[in-house]
Amino acid sequence: MTPNQRGFFTLLKKEIKRFWAVLGQTVTAPVITALLYLLVFAQAMKGRAPVYPGVEYTEFLVPGLIMMTVIQNAFANTSSSLIQSKVMGNLVFLQMAPLGPWEWFGAYVLAAIVRTVLVAAAMLIVVLPFVRLPVHEPLALVAVFLLSSGSLAVLGLIAGIVAQKFDHIAAFTNFLITPMSFLSGVFYSVHALPPFWFAASHFNPFFYLIDGFRFGFFGVADVPIWQSLLWASGFFGLMTAICLWMLMTGYKMKR
Amino acid sequence: MTAALTISGVRKTYGKLEALKGVEFQIQRGEFFGLLGPNGAGKSTLINIIAGLVQMSAGSVTVMGHDTVRDFRAARRSLGVVPQELVFDPFFNVTDMLRIQAGYYGCGEEVWPWIDEMLQRLDLWDKRKVSMRALSGGMKRRVLIAQALVHQPPVVILDEPTAGVDVELRRTLWRFMRDLHRKGTTVVLTTHYLEEAQEMCERIAIIDKGEIKALETTAQLLARHPFRFLRLKLAEGASLPAELQPLVAGQVNGSLELKLETAKTSFGSVFAALRRDGVAIEDVQTRDPDLEDIFVELTGRKAEAAA
Repeated sequence: MTPNQRGFFTLLKKEIKRFWAVLGQTVTAPVITALLYLLVFAQAMKGRAPVYPGVEYTEFLVPGLIMMTVIQNAFANTSSSLIQSKVMGNLVFLQMAPLGPWEWFGAYVLAAIVRTVLVAAAMLIVVLPFVRLPVHEPLALVAVFLLSSGSLAVLGLIAGIVAQKFDHIAAFTNFLITPMSFLSGVFYSVHALPPFWFAASHFNPFFYLIDGFRFGFFGVADVPIWQSLLWASGFFGLMTAICLWMLMTGYKMKR
Repeated sequence: MTAALTISGVRKTYGKLEALKGVEFQIQRGEFFGLLGPNGAGKSTLINIIAGLVQMSAGSVTVMGHDTVRDFRAARRSLGVVPQELVFDPFFNVTDMLRIQAGYYGCGEEVWPWIDEMLQRLDLWDKRKVSMRALSGGMKRRVLIAQALVHQPPVVILDEPTAGVDVELRRTLWRFMRDLHRKGTTVVLTTHYLEEAQEMCERIAIIDKGEIKALETTAQLLARHPFRFLRLKLAEGASLPAELQPLVAGQVNGSLELKLETAKTSFGSVFAALRRDGVAIEDVQTRDPDLEDIFVELTGRKAEAAA
């Protein structure tokens, strides 16, 4: 292993250990929150007509909830790690180390993806005894999952770079991540929306992440899978480009 | 042989403020070097530029011949910096923290014996499994020192390592740094305890308002000071002759301290004036100038203000 590779794997391991040390907050809590949503909405919407032919509302809801949780946790993992290090001042250990932008990027994003895999797996384990979930398109499922988790991890990294205090991260979460994830078709098909919100949903990248993920399970969704993959790839590409530019130029990190 | 550190025309501006105005000097391999200056002189900015935490506006820095921008990986592997602030990662214990830090620098299990040695020498062995958040300030400072040395860098910068620490840690630290220095490590020290710098450093740079005001060996720096000091404790009711009054630089424990310009006023001439006026003296002490005097001379500020 080269010194650079060892540096990368050390940072990756450290980031995984960081969320592992508080597993109750980083995995258990979001799973419980998502399951509460499932419980409440499944009861409230009981008896409604299937959303897609042969897909009951509870089945429809589960992929959306998983993806919403993935989106929120991928963002939270990178953004909270970076802002904590900034506020505590221990980011200097990393900044003084011989690690380049790619190692920073790769380690932070991969650690967030690992966390979201755990969160998604825990949710599936809990709901599978009660909800029938076929996997029609496993490749699309994995691709959309990785692109979604990766994109939000990168967005979290961007937020962590820009933010100077915890309030800034809270603003990102409260005014961007939460509204966009709630208005993305987690709880409904966008076809049920009035024309304006139906059109507006199509400009929300989170809609494609959730819709594409749902397609992986049921083989049917609100938009064709190629559109979801295109949006997810574009979103990931754009976030990556912005983040790497920030890391390479030392934006907001080097005074 | 390339120098341990080469600072070439380094400038740093924050808007209209010029924090560094073309700083230029070299530190040779194996030196114990002091970088001194009052608050806001530009010391920390310069150290942060060397460490890669701050981008310079112009100029270049090399560590062991490696440019800190173009060849940043090699430069950073050659450098260990003990930061001034007491920062730590609350998620890990002492040993984990040191192993993680070693990993960032590409070091694996081969440095674990060195980590164990540092833990013992810095009196951290009993705390090796204790969470960083549970350590006292002094213990955290020890870990910071170990973190900077974990990859065994040939150049070490200690930014105010003894600020607010007890005498025991100070002694431990200096013993440890002296040993490392003996083995060939280049040590750069900033401190506002000037007696420490005078005792430890072979060469000293004094920086003020973003410029290097002096850069000499400690002995040269002390020798160039054109004054000596004479402390006189006068007998009850006695007063200093009028011609000596302008020489009084201050009062120390009831004694008058006279500042004598070596070329103009000898001790003999002072005593002659005292004898002539029949001034009775209880006690006499002389003092050579120390680094603090030089510091005040060059920067116009007291060392207490330096940091």
